Amino acid sequence: MAEHRIETPVSDETVEKLRAGDRIFITGYLYTGRDSAHKKLIELVEEGKELPIDVKGQIIYYVGPTPARPGNPIGSAGPTTSYRMDSFAPTLHSLGLKGTIGKGSRNQEVKDSLRKFKAVYLAAVGGAGALISKSIEEAEVIAYPELGPEAIRRLKVKDFPCIVINDMYGGDLYEEGKKKYRKE
Amino acid sequence: MKVISFAKVRDTIKDLVQKANFELQDDVLNVIKEMEKKEESPAGKEVIKQILDNAKIAKKDKLGLCQDTGLAVFFVEIGEDVELQKDDGLKSLRDAITEGTRAGYEEGYLRKSVVEDPIRRKNTGDNTPAYIHWELVPGDVFKVTFIAKGGGAENMSAVRMFAPAAGQQGIEDFVVETADKGGSNPCPPIVVGVGVGGNFEYSALLAKKALLRRPLGSHNSDPFYADMEKRLLERINNLGIGPQGMGGRITALAVHVEAFPCHIASMPAAVNIQCHSHRVLSFEM
Ligand code: SF4
Repeated sequence: MAEHRIETPVSDETVEKLRAGDRIFITGYLYTGRDSAHKKLIELVEEGKELPIDVKGQIIYYVGPTPARPGNPIGSAGPTTSYRMDSFAPTLHSLGLKGTIGKGSRNQEVKDSLRKFKAVYLAAVGGAGALISKSIEEAEVIAYPELGPEAIRRLKVKDFPCIVINDMYGGDLYEEGKKKYRKE
Repeated sequence: MKVISFAKVRDTIKDLVQKANFELQDDVLNVIKEMEKKEESPAGKEVIKQILDNAKIAKKDKLGLCQDTGLAVFFVEIGEDVELQKDDGLKSLRDAITEGTRAGYEEGYLRKSVVEDPIRRKNTGDNTPAYIHWELVPGDVFKVTFIAKGGGAENMSAVRMFAPAAGQQGIEDFVVETADKGGSNPCPPIVVGVGVGGNFEYSALLAKKALLRRPLGSHNSDPFYADMEKRLLERINNLGIGPQGMGGRITALAVHVEAFPCHIASMPAAVNIQCHSHRVLSFEM
């Protein structure tokens, strides 16, 4: 279980170093998005229009935070379940998205697209939103404010903690972890 | 005769939904700490450590333990002998609970996670309606139990109508299979509420009620079901899913089973999955 400190934007070389089970601390910017925002982004792609964010080299964090208390950049901000975004991820990978952060397993199409487009799937600890919020320094709504908690935000993060679940080589921490500890 | 003031119910609920979302209760913390000792996997240990750190920060900073502060689900027991006082312009007990929920989610900076229509999906903006289950009971009891129920764990729940021939084994396999299928999605370590018997809708309600049992990890008073709970906990923890699905010994914190009489032709069973962020709190008046 290696540890890496990485900065965004993320290069292919960085992705190549990451293996399922590695701990990662991210510094830089993350973009947030969940169900509704993804639906809108993919509609734009299908219509051949420009996206409100350039996803090249970026990481999308699947999160819908609680409202920020005055003086704080954000409220509780842990990951949401990722499979709901499975149908959208490959398209975004094809546009250069290097990573997604959520919780829970991805389908085979997403895993295949990690390999094809050199990207990773990371997990943050679900239900640790208060703790995770401490590594978020700034948050700014940059698209779809009408979606409330589901709006696309740009988060400035420092040492944002996560774990590699799926790497670009087919490694899968959920599968490997379960196999190791399963008793029939 | 006990008088229940609607205004007081509203104000108490406003505080209750916040407290439940900021502070894990001692029984839950105790089980998590016990499980931390039993976890063997390094990733699992790290996850449990983060869960405990998170609980400290959430309580201190009055931040949601989780960003999914849930649907506001209430179980209300009202004694037949209590008198209801419609004060402060509140016309019904439902209004009092709804207003308390709305005010609490607003004041506590909790997330509004309800859409007004399941297909058209526009957010109601105030986390109402509240989901209220009423129970009329003898005497002058007035007890409200709140559970903040997040979507991730709820989505991994299941109901199945068994033929009686499936027997105890059929039910137990179903519970384990449901936990296994949920895998990493419902934020393990999970709490598993099982409802056996009743009918289609009753089994689901029993499963949810099973989650509310305090202290967490205590057993059914019927030794038959207490044994089933112990066996199910062991089987689920042998699945290897582990904290957050990263592999490990601890997949579930507790299994609670509730049973009820049912039809001679059926044996319904429901499994309500809850995450480690087990936010349950009650008050009595
Ligand atoms: S399953 Fe529970 S802990 Fe996980 S994100 Fe949902 S509410 Fe939070």
